[in-house]
Amino acid sequence: MMKTQAVVDSKHANTKRAIGTVLVTGFFAILSAIIAFPLLAGLLASFHPGRELLQNGLSLNLNFDTMSLNNYIYLLSGNADSQKYFMWYGNSLELTIITVILTLLICYFVAYGMTMYRFKLGKILFFLVIATMCVPFEILLLPLYNEVTELGIINTIWGVMLPGLCSASTIFFFRQYLIGMPKELLEAARIDGCTEYGISVRIMMPLAKPAFASMAILCAMGSWNNMLWPMMVFRDADKFTLQIGLNTLLTPYGNDYDVLIAGSMFGILPIMVIFLLFQKYLIEGMTAGAVKG
Amino acid sequence: MKYLKKYLYSQKVAPYIFVLPFVLSFLIFWVYPLISGITMSFQDIGFSKREWVGIENYAKLLRDKTFKLAISNSIEYMAWTIALLIPFPMIFAVMMDSRLTKAKGVWKAIMYIPALTSVVISGMLFRMMFSEADGSQMNKLMVWLGQQPIPWLKSKATSWLGLILLCCWRWTGVNMLYFLSGLKAIDSTLYEAADVDGCTAIQKFRHITLPLLQPTTIYVVTISVFAGLSMFLESFMLWGNNDSPKNIGLTIVGYLYKRGIQKNDMGYACAVGVVLLVIALLINFAQLIATGTIKIGKRKEE
Repeated sequence: MMKTQAVVDSKHANTKRAIGTVLVTGFFAILSAIIAFPLLAGLLASFHPGRELLQNGLSLNLNFDTMSLNNYIYLLSGNADSQKYFMWYGNSLELTIITVILTLLICYFVAYGMTMYRFKLGKILFFLVIATMCVPFEILLLPLYNEVTELGIINTIWGVMLPGLCSASTIFFFRQYLIGMPKELLEAARIDGCTEYGISVRIMMPLAKPAFASMAILCAMGSWNNMLWPMMVFRDADKFTLQIGLNTLLTPYGNDYDVLIAGSMFGILPIMVIFLLFQKYLIEGMTAGAVKG
Repeated sequence: MKYLKKYLYSQKVAPYIFVLPFVLSFLIFWVYPLISGITMSFQDIGFSKREWVGIENYAKLLRDKTFKLAISNSIEYMAWTIALLIPFPMIFAVMMDSRLTKAKGVWKAIMYIPALTSVVISGMLFRMMFSEADGSQMNKLMVWLGQQPIPWLKSKATSWLGLILLCCWRWTGVNMLYFLSGLKAIDSTLYEAADVDGCTAIQKFRHITLPLLQPTTIYVVTISVFAGLSMFLESFMLWGNNDSPKNIGLTIVGYLYKRGIQKNDMGYACAVGVVLLVIALLINFAQLIATGTIKIGKRKEE
């Protein structure tokens, strides 16, 4: 009697659990479908003539008969529009790669100096790092624009990069990572005759690889998608990054919408690939500040 | 030379060399522009002139109706993002964390993807979905509901629906991941103990999850406040080139950009920037008090 009751109970619990699973999983399936919708509509639109986008706006267009690869063929054809597009693409790639390398190296060494040595300035500087994070960058927009003009680096890649190389959030993340490292390693290396700089490069840097991976992805995303500051610094059309360039195609006349919609989808591609490959590192880097507060 | 090298390599000097880039960058690209921004806000700056005008820029700001509209738009936007982008992602995170949910990786990845798309591309997609053309997604929806197509981006209520949906679309997944990482840090034995005591799911959420998620919630509120206050590109993209009908989409930073870059009135625009700075500092201060980092009037208790 007792036994059958238990079986009935567990069966009951199983059905309850199964219903719960279907409900929750179904909920996320619907939510994901809604969230994927705009990009899906954009992707489908990229297979239709840009003219339609101007006349009809964007909607989920499932008319497969009129779909073609024409926009992408045009984009890759090597004509004037295509050359312009890939010039922007190349500019963005160049800017992103140089920014990521320099930002990571500089921020790593700064964070290393702040955490691995006991000196008063280190603590004060860390406080200043936090302080700069508490002021929105946009406040400095105009004076920085003036400054960059005075320094003669307006309209150059340096004008875009230099003000942001010592990124407070990147320093903060590296510091959080390095602070957990055993300091005995440093002593051991010193006894072996390693210089201070040698230790930071040869001992600690390899240990900080996961931190580098996280920050590289976040930094690359930020740089690839950055718009406001590069738009102010770059004046010549041949220096534009992809985001600025795409924005110039968004005219009310819509004669470039073929390139715009196909180029937008093609422009998400590098970030999407990096995301799918390194998702784990990205999430680690992003959420590092949220738990420790 | 050899002496200098030894000096630079010594354990005393090395830390200063490590942090030198930050010191330089801080002085050149933070302190200097901050001071020059504040100075410029007391000047009248044109193509060839630059003269001191005292507090005239600020006096003008007080009478400037467009500026007041920009401030109220920014604050309204910030309020919407906090009202929507804190509770919902938190609930989604709790649901995602549940053992019942299957295929978590897929949903998390899809929900994160909007954050990968730039403001330019996502703004363009939403602008075209909210286009006034009959074939746009929103007008198709209206027709399906038996209504007339409307020009979505021309009136405040309908265009803000687009603006806020754009924001929620981009950040729901990101904020959910923040809360998920916060949930991971909560000791699971607490929930087991609550189960033994026969607590309901809602009781567990109210008395364990919510209080222990507080550091994450504070973090997400902070970034939402600053992102909301300094929002510009979303509005720039949705209406195109910072021009919305009757300035329904104008924000503080949008106004700063309009006066400073588009109308070359740097002094006045810098005054707008200083007001934004003051608002940001006030919020910082209020938050430090609210979270107990700074205590006022509690000295006697110690």
